[in-house]
Amino acid sequence: MTFLDAAVALIFNAILNGAPLMFGTMGEILTEKSGNLNLGVEGMMYMGGAFGIAGAYYYGRMAGENASGALAILIALLFAFLAGAFGALIYSFLTITLRTNQNVTGLALAILGTGAGQFLGEYMRIREGGYVAVSIALKDQFQNPVFPAFLQNIPVIGKIVFGHNLFVYLGIVIAVLMTVYFKKTRWGLNLRAVGESPATADAAGINVNRYKYLATVIGGGISAIGGMVYIMTIAGGVWNHEGLAGEGWLAVALVIFCLWRPLNALWGSALFGALMILYMRVHLPIPDEIYKILPYVVTVVVLVITSMRRKKEDHPPESLGNAYFREER
Amino acid sequence: MRERKQPLFHLVKRSELPAKYAWMIRLLSLLAAMLVGALIFLLLGSNPVKAYGEILSGALGRESARQRVVNIAVPLLGVALAIAPCFKMKFWNIGAEGQITVGAIGATFFALTFGGKYGLFAGKEPSLLLLLMMALGSMLCGAFWALIPAFFRAKWGTNETLFTLMMNYIAIGIVKWLQGGPWEGKPGSQIIPNFHASALLPKVFGVHIGWIVVLVLTVLIFVYMRYTKHGYEIAVLGESTNTARYAGMNVAWITVRTMLLSGAISGLVGFMIVSGANRTLYYGVAGGVGFTAITVAWLAQLNPFAMIVISLLLAVLSKGAGNLETVMGIPTSISDIITGIILMFMLASEFFIRYRLVRSHKESKEAKKA
Amino acid sequence: MDTTCAVRMEEVTKTFGPVVANDRVTLEIRKGEILSLLGENGSGKTTLMNMLAGLYFPDSGRIFVNGKEATIASPKDAFAHGIGMIHQHFKLVNVLSAAENVVLGLEGGALLDIREVSRKIREIAEKYGFSVDPAKKVYDMSVSEKQTLEIIKLLYRGAEVLILDEPTAVLTPQETEKLFDVLRVMKKDGKAIVIITHKLHEVTSLADRVAVLRRGTFVGEVAIGETDAAELTNMMVGRQVSLNIDRSEPENTAPRLKITDLTVVDDEGVTKLDHVNFTAFGGEILGIAGVAGSGQKELLESIAGLCPVKSGEILYTPEGKKPSNLVGKTPMQIKSAGVAMAFVPEDRLGMGLVGGMGMVGNMMLRSWREGGGAFVHHKDPNALAKKVMDELEVVTPDVNYPVRRLSGGNVQKVLVGREIATAPSVLMSAYAVRGLDINTSYTIYNLMNQQKKNGVAVIFVGEDLDVLLELCDRILVLYDGKVSGIADARTVTKEEVGMMMTHLGKGGEADA
Repeated sequence: MTFLDAAVALIFNAILNGAPLMFGTMGEILTEKSGNLNLGVEGMMYMGGAFGIAGAYYYGRMAGENASGALAILIALLFAFLAGAFGALIYSFLTITLRTNQNVTGLALAILGTGAGQFLGEYMRIREGGYVAVSIALKDQFQNPVFPAFLQNIPVIGKIVFGHNLFVYLGIVIAVLMTVYFKKTRWGLNLRAVGESPATADAAGINVNRYKYLATVIGGGISAIGGMVYIMTIAGGVWNHEGLAGEGWLAVALVIFCLWRPLNALWGSALFGALMILYMRVHLPIPDEIYKILPYVVTVVVLVITSMRRKKEDHPPESLGNAYFREER
Repeated sequence: MRERKQPLFHLVKRSELPAKYAWMIRLLSLLAAMLVGALIFLLLGSNPVKAYGEILSGALGRESARQRVVNIAVPLLGVALAIAPCFKMKFWNIGAEGQITVGAIGATFFALTFGGKYGLFAGKEPSLLLLLMMALGSMLCGAFWALIPAFFRAKWGTNETLFTLMMNYIAIGIVKWLQGGPWEGKPGSQIIPNFHASALLPKVFGVHIGWIVVLVLTVLIFVYMRYTKHGYEIAVLGESTNTARYAGMNVAWITVRTMLLSGAISGLVGFMIVSGANRTLYYGVAGGVGFTAITVAWLAQLNPFAMIVISLLLAVLSKGAGNLETVMGIPTSISDIITGIILMFMLASEFFIRYRLVRSHKESKEAKKA
Repeated sequence: MDTTCAVRMEEVTKTFGPVVANDRVTLEIRKGEILSLLGENGSGKTTLMNMLAGLYFPDSGRIFVNGKEATIASPKDAFAHGIGMIHQHFKLVNVLSAAENVVLGLEGGALLDIREVSRKIREIAEKYGFSVDPAKKVYDMSVSEKQTLEIIKLLYRGAEVLILDEPTAVLTPQETEKLFDVLRVMKKDGKAIVIITHKLHEVTSLADRVAVLRRGTFVGEVAIGETDAAELTNMMVGRQVSLNIDRSEPENTAPRLKITDLTVVDDEGVTKLDHVNFTAFGGEILGIAGVAGSGQKELLESIAGLCPVKSGEILYTPEGKKPSNLVGKTPMQIKSAGVAMAFVPEDRLGMGLVGGMGMVGNMMLRSWREGGGAFVHHKDPNALAKKVMDELEVVTPDVNYPVRRLSGGNVQKVLVGREIATAPSVLMSAYAVRGLDINTSYTIYNLMNQQKKNGVAVIFVGEDLDVLLELCDRILVLYDGKVSGIADARTVTKEEVGMMMTHLGKGGEADA
């Protein structure tokens, strides 16, 4: 294998491995922009993974031979999204309406969500007699590249640009949409104001709670899709509790690393994805496990540097983590 | 004239609910959570009464099970105690997971270096000297791990929630490296050898002595938070940084000092886990205890004695649920679901302790109409 | 000039609990006119205007906009009626640009054309003579730029009635001039402008008409050409009311605190205290008068060591000891040297008290360091809390009951009681009777008198001139960070003090 081949393979796999993170991160960016720090991403991704595969698996069994790949993907997406949105809805109700502490509530959601995801995964395994995997035909629909072969055969860039499964491109579309939403639309501007200074937003006639609820619930849904993407592509359509562990927390780290910008999540997730698999491909005199903690170390460095530089755009949304309620008089 | 829009209900801050009623509301929310749990059992086609019964008998039925429950509760309680001063100070230390892990590394270092060696530590009995060294090592490591985010917070206002969270994964990564590298036992096993007998915590009533340590710690932390100058400083700082400055307190130092203490206790818990329960170190040494303990501390209203009750409750659930899989074919992870539901309900209950829903009364409406 | 009525408030009343903030006020705001709303602190100016801005809803009374009766229940309603208000605390989002702040919360198409918004902003700016950069982020702006942005926000929303709440309090004299120029242009454009202020010279140089409020009631209104400063002052402060506060002759007075050329500049570069000179004597009560924001807070805080001093000297001479300069000492050192401060901020809690703690915990805020060992000593604070509770008749279920839940008066008693209990040789109190009922107020006056008899130098910052005139021995009047005059409280009249509060008197260098 030439060096170039190795590099292409590395970049390709980095993007593949980063895709679940991309969703997790973008969902959490949306959530945090509204001033909610939802630490339950891990839980929501677990739920997304378990419900996603459950949806695809049971659809596949019911449809049998005639199973449509597109429909299976849609069902998996929908199930994952709804599962995450449901988790985020619980979180929103507690933190926004009942004004509970965001950190503690987020951790409780992480516990509940990982429990629920794992439970569903195991429960299916027990009921279906030891092994749950979607059919190979369906699995391929999730994993196969979407672009025709001739595009993928373009030297070097072919595989990197056109060689991915559907979800990578879906993620890119979401990132672009989110960026446009934040930067170019009225609602995006309002949402940013809610996360920065809810009192000001309130005075400007913006319904603070509605924005917080919507951003958090949709954000939770997007994050959860990441869990489904992991199970259906990287884990090969088999419930894999070990493999999914930690993705959600890494996503929270990536949000900081990306400075709350969705477009940064694209290359950020690929970079983190690369760091996760680098040890298998590049042999440096650094122990493998040290590679794996690099994303966290880098995130800490980014966090420290931004706090030292005091450049306001790079800071977390100002009211992140705080409950808002109008002063009662 | 158009009537002013007014919600049907509005919130009124309660003047002060007697502690008795507050705990009653919490108890009710616990019951409500268990009812929701019962619904899940029904959905699964199981008898909820039987399921809860199995949980109870699985956790408390046999002596060994009860010992296991205490084994689970000890680290939960210990870390909840560690976190309490930070949360009182409104310093959101969610890095206990990492502080436990690093503490465990510190203890393991001494266990591997000295355990079974040098004659002094070669006996079949636990060596007090070695255990003290391990305890000290774990506390220093845990404190150091907590110091890093505290320092940056005090100096540059770096967000401590996100920082401490990241530190968890760095710590776990270091253990993974140690497991497969410098401390690996049989080459290729990715496992650190079991500790020598001299490095194991002795047992009292069948459970490692850590349970006595955390009970003593409970009293100490209670006294520390309530009766010492440090505790007073922490309480004032948690209320208002400005007031603390006004009273001549050194805010940065209090922050750092409290985190050092918190990290040291978490580290000590890490030592108890490796030396008392696991007998070795592996990357899952904290196993989510650092996170669950935060909810324990919060639900206990940062009251150390209430933490005993809550950590025991969660331990019973966790151990008892293990029984369900064998007896009723329900996966063990049901315990996490029920724990999660209980946490959510009890968090929500705080709202009803602080606020009252009041029907918006008519008079004010009419006054506004006039 | 077109002077048709833009807004008319009729018999508007607003109460907060037992306090009547506005009592049947009738007021007219006209197009093409600048109306100045004048009154002392707590006279109800801001409350009245907040009802137009939709922040409060009147208990009774009617509001007419352009002759039609209107209901204003929210800021949105106010906008809809073309009414906009600029509050003292700006409502802006720091990380957003000027243009983004302007369109925040506005209805319209989903896509935001920021360039079009910027163009409109520039148009408005050009029309009225502002200078503004639509792309500039708020966190890069000076206070005056932020204020400009707030005004543009209103104009962009098509406001015809603009209410400005003490807009000059945060501005330098040059910036104030610029603002006034803009306001004059807007007036020519037919806008109705209300400016809340208590600076007389601003009233006379800017306004066309003045309406005066006192203690929530409408006193009267005059056209600016038909009045003078003396009349306005009289309207504002009212006739002297006898309160029958005990006042003893000062005994054994000795200079305790000698302040020389004290100058304080805040973070924004605004001069808050400008070469202040005076001496406070032990055994007397020195009253500090002045409209809000004249430098009272900075004066007390710089003595207490909480506020950095740019230049000047604070010479402190405790009884029987050598004088020392307090500038540069830490708050702790100053406190232990015997200088006590009881500052009651607007929200009552905040600085100086811990809301979540009981009386005992709050007593400890002064003494927590005392005694050896690691433990706090609960016994003394406990006894002290009981003593304060008994002597000041604090109503609380228990000395450990959180003070946040006590009524305002009781909170203040806790604060003042604690400071007095430290047996200080200088006792500074600010707004100690803010919002208190009559009886409690007298309790506090008696405490001050008691301290004076004990030889303490009492500095009493107050809002109510009648109280200052009857309680204090001398009154120092601050005006815009300068000493406007120092008067003998036994001989000076209320009008004279009022004049000093609203004009810079000759007393800048006076020192009794």
